[in-house]
Amino acid sequence: MDLTLKIWRQKDSQDRGGFQTHKVSDITPDTSFLEMLDILNDQLEKKNEDPVHFDHDCREGICGACSMYINGRPHGPQQGITTCQLHMRSFKDGDTITIEPWRAQPFPVIKDLIVDRTSFDRIIQAGGYISVGTGGVPDANEIPIPARVSNEAMDAAACIGCGACVAACKNASAMLFVAAKVSHLALLPQGNVEAQERAEKMVEQMDEEGFGSCTNTGACSAECPKGISLEHIARLNREYYFAKQSSDNIPAEDEVHGAG
Amino acid sequence: MSFDAKIPDGPLDEKWNHHKFNIKLVNPANKRKYDVIVVGTGLAGASAAASLAELGYNVKSFCFQDSPRRAHSIAAQGGINAAKNYQNDGDSVYRLFYDTIKGGDYRSREANVYRLAEVSANIIDQCVAQGVPFAREYGGLLANRSFGGAQVSRTFYARGQTGQQLLLGAYSALSRQIAAGKVQMFTRTEMLDLVTVDGQARGIITRNLITGEVESHSGHAVILASGGYGNVFFLSTNAMGSNVTAAWRAHRKGAFFANPCFTQIHPTCIPVSGDHQSKLTLMSESLRNDGRVWVPKKANKGLTASEAINVSEEDRDYYLERRYPAFGNLVPRDVASRNAKYVCDEGRGVGPSGLAVFLDFADAIKRDGKETISSKYGNLFDMYKQITGDNPYEVPMMIYPAVHYTMGGLWVDYNLMTNVPGLYALGECNFSDHGANRLGASALMQGLADGYFVIPYTIGDYLAKIPYDKVSTDHEEFKKAEAQIRSNIDKLLHSKGSRTVDDFHRALGKIMWDKCGMSRTAEGLKEAKKEIQVLRKEYWDDVNVVGVNEELNMTLEKALRVGDFFELAELMVDDALNRNESCGGHFREEYQTEEGEAKRDDKNFTYGACWEYSGPDTDEKLHKEDLIFENVKLTQRSYK
Repeated sequence: MDLTLKIWRQKDSQDRGGFQTHKVSDITPDTSFLEMLDILNDQLEKKNEDPVHFDHDCREGICGACSMYINGRPHGPQQGITTCQLHMRSFKDGDTITIEPWRAQPFPVIKDLIVDRTSFDRIIQAGGYISVGTGGVPDANEIPIPARVSNEAMDAAACIGCGACVAACKNASAMLFVAAKVSHLALLPQGNVEAQERAEKMVEQMDEEGFGSCTNTGACSAECPKGISLEHIARLNREYYFAKQSSDNIPAEDEVHGAG
Repeated sequence: MSFDAKIPDGPLDEKWNHHKFNIKLVNPANKRKYDVIVVGTGLAGASAAASLAELGYNVKSFCFQDSPRRAHSIAAQGGINAAKNYQNDGDSVYRLFYDTIKGGDYRSREANVYRLAEVSANIIDQCVAQGVPFAREYGGLLANRSFGGAQVSRTFYARGQTGQQLLLGAYSALSRQIAAGKVQMFTRTEMLDLVTVDGQARGIITRNLITGEVESHSGHAVILASGGYGNVFFLSTNAMGSNVTAAWRAHRKGAFFANPCFTQIHPTCIPVSGDHQSKLTLMSESLRNDGRVWVPKKANKGLTASEAINVSEEDRDYYLERRYPAFGNLVPRDVASRNAKYVCDEGRGVGPSGLAVFLDFADAIKRDGKETISSKYGNLFDMYKQITGDNPYEVPMMIYPAVHYTMGGLWVDYNLMTNVPGLYALGECNFSDHGANRLGASALMQGLADGYFVIPYTIGDYLAKIPYDKVSTDHEEFKKAEAQIRSNIDKLLHSKGSRTVDDFHRALGKIMWDKCGMSRTAEGLKEAKKEIQVLRKEYWDDVNVVGVNEELNMTLEKALRVGDFFELAELMVDDALNRNESCGGHFREEYQTEEGEAKRDDKNFTYGACWEYSGPDTDEKLHKEDLIFENVKLTQRSYK
């Protein structure tokens, strides 16, 4: 198939950036979306032009590196997959495809389709862990955990940190990302000890990074390649409100803003 | 060159305990006086960085990805072994040790492997405490499954995403130490050289992948946890960025590279579909627990999956069940891969290329129901459908072997230190535990064993003996190394040739797959060596790297990595040519039993082949570490 690609090109974070149009031809339906871009880049390099830069690594939907906004949707037209799992059989001969980076203030563009997502790392560093060091832990079977609970924790833990939730959200909120971690750890007895403090600290960091507020529209969950459920946001809110009632870790403000 | 594996004396099951008591400790107050550099943030690197920081060392951690959470350990699917014997089915530390030694075809070091089995149980405890949501039974206790090559159920798993969950556990521990200020994290930063001062590893040279800046980092010790080199084959199941550069640069600075030809070809990958393919996708080998592998009895090239359901039982050859009745579809990876190649060589392969076999779940779905199969493999089935367009609930999958893991790597002693004092290698980038073939669910185990439970002890033994003084990054060795890297970069950017980096990489991969892949001959290897040399020369003269150094330039990143792959490829070929036997993943056609199984030559090749770099365009020097087996008897590996 022959395609017209409208791709966001931006030299670096200082550059204003803009769309450039490129054409590729003879693409087979079994080609993956990223392989289609490889073919384009091969053409560009042969003409001594700068190839389109995009993040990618595992190319099997688990590392969370790839991050493209394709025809107005994070990770493209198919639900439940990442960009690297998208194949050209999802497009038609003659299509024009628009490709942009994630658009959110806390994800500044580094080059072309590559954005800086270190804000996610800083949110995890604020409390997205259980405070145990190496060694001195009990036997793994010491605490039985119902399979149902463990499964639900796993549903949340499946988050790959790609940022599609933020890109999908009209407010650029990171609530689903934060909720997935808070919920994963709060559900488990090991993580429950610090659940409230964790929620507080992670929400605080999320706000500091400049992510927007959550208005429960649910685009995040709809576009999440791992199908993380909105229920986790409800659990985050609960942990957060309880924390604000009882803890003095972070000075309470007039308004509980982060989770609202 | 010092060359002592430093295996502790005493009975096998007491070595590690004795060793831990005998090695030197660094006083807690003094640990903060030492800086440790850790390269790579996969299971081995992240667990090492976190654990060392918890102990009090100052850690600098580096990864080329945008976040430490994206290291390629994340993609491991199937599980992690541990000798917990939770299933009461006869497992023990000794059995896990024995299986791993045997699975490695008796080409690994007894003492290291025993320690690995010994600490395996601690890993599961640690991960559960971190919140890793392993699969559980309805009673709330941990579930296990059996995995390729094992007759006990000792594999712990988190759906088909075990690597992801274990890595996120290690990443969370690492994040906690970053927040505590004990780990300084450098993302999008790639190690391009090792710096030695007076023969000791004292730092690294890195390139900031966003700004292109070449920088020096000094430390008292350097730990490489930079993964494997499967991408030398261009097509592999590795992530696109996985590379050998960190390990290779250390090799060029004196660290021995051991058993480079030991590569693992994984039997269950999605077959190649066309020329534009950029990587191969693994389907977890846990699928072989329920899937049955077959091809038609008579050649039927082009047979599709939807036609396969109409092939009658008597016309199918379940060749693994037929040839290996005891292990059936669960034979180790090398055996399964080779047999797939044989049936395809006989012309009985299926699919458009004829390079595929079926993996069929029809019987399992009939027996256990669709729901049970879906709960075990749902995400893998979805992934398969996404890539191929076929629905494995209705038609058999098609699979073919692909390069997956490299058992070879930097030579290390019992302390995981290379022969360069102060330089350590952990996880896949070392050679130590898997011999000539790695068993399923053992890579995650080794990565975490090395990082959580070995290096935190053994590094103290070295640091306790060296002074606190730091080497300044103004030291001439740093300046020299920086200049060398800058000149390499300039050379690539100015060569302005006619071919792309990928073009060269693909050509190199083809030579390696055809002549140094699943089966090898002396003749083919000799040809490969010549072809690689010619191609390498062309590479440096005729590659076209667009862009400049001073900005994000992914072509330049690739070009630097591919340059190192060329040198590694030649060494792999030399190593394969030197090893005149077949063992594990190394199959030399000249050396096979009458039944076509790998035929070892224990008399002449029971050693680790440790190669010493001797300068560009010079053959490397071979040193041998004799492998002494005091506890297990070397037998012909049989899975019949």
